[in-house]
Amino acid sequence: MNAQVTRRELRRRFIRQLPLLVGLVVLWMVLWGNLSWLNLITGILVAVVVTRVFYLPPVDLSGRFNPWHGLVFLATFIGDVIVASFQVAFLALRPGRIPTSSVIGVNLHTRSDLIMTLVAIALSLVPGSLVVEADRESSILYFHTFPTASGRDVEKMRRKVLLVESRIVRTLGSKDDLRRIAEEARR
Amino acid sequence: MLDIVIDVLTAVFLIVGAFLSFAAGVGLIRFSDAIARMHATTKPQILGLMVILAAIGLQSPNWSTILLLIPILVFQMLTAPIAAHMVGRAGYRTGVMAEDSLLIDELAGAIERAQQESGGAGTT
Repeated sequence: MNAQVTRRELRRRFIRQLPLLVGLVVLWMVLWGNLSWLNLITGILVAVVVTRVFYLPPVDLSGRFNPWHGLVFLATFIGDVIVASFQVAFLALRPGRIPTSSVIGVNLHTRSDLIMTLVAIALSLVPGSLVVEADRESSILYFHTFPTASGRDVEKMRRKVLLVESRIVRTLGSKDDLRRIAEEARR
Repeated sequence: MLDIVIDVLTAVFLIVGAFLSFAAGVGLIRFSDAIARMHATTKPQILGLMVILAAIGLQSPNWSTILLLIPILVFQMLTAPIAAHMVGRAGYRTGVMAEDSLLIDELAGAIERAQQESGGAGTT
């Protein structure tokens, strides 16, 4: 009976690792640039070795994925990057004083490490915000934001962080996180 | 006809990418402290890279090239924030930020509170 439990556990662990393994094999084949059996077999071997040698704790996926909200997130993200890139670029080139920046702490609603990481990465890629510190226990991300000329800009940034979080949670967050976001929206 | 459209688009993309890289260089010199400089160098570069990769994809539209461009972009997008975060964090901790460049600093209070709670011994 004990052996059965461990076998089931092993299978669950394998299924959880499967997306990572498939991703590594696909990356291997893309890097070689052609599709062949040899690439597939060596890719599987390399993927297994890499995941054994560089062992990482499994990522807790919620099992949800909403393609529509994913698309919304991707589109708004690219829009944000384009707008903010030019803002920072013009700021650099414009003569005159460089505006002040701020360090702000934003309390996220999610309790998931993955969502927190994704929010941090997404916002770090948008010019004007950079994660200085992350408080994992209380889900607070500290951003260095630039430019903030007044308190209004700070509040705008805070709202933007929470908006990005809500989009990511709607794409792949757990039901628990979704509920928290919905509660916050009603308030 | 289509060739001309593709060539013009490629040229526009390359010029936009070059402009963003140029602005990043100027920002690196002009911004006031280490963290503000990180904004200039890591960020316009992401969009700059995106448009230049798009230009490459337009000029050589076959699967093996485009499939190679995607991992280049993905790895840049995954690693640039981490580099920016590490420099930003170290910059904040070592206090290389220009004093008057900050409007609001909410992290300083949090660090102080954390140090008081742990008896002044721990640093987070």
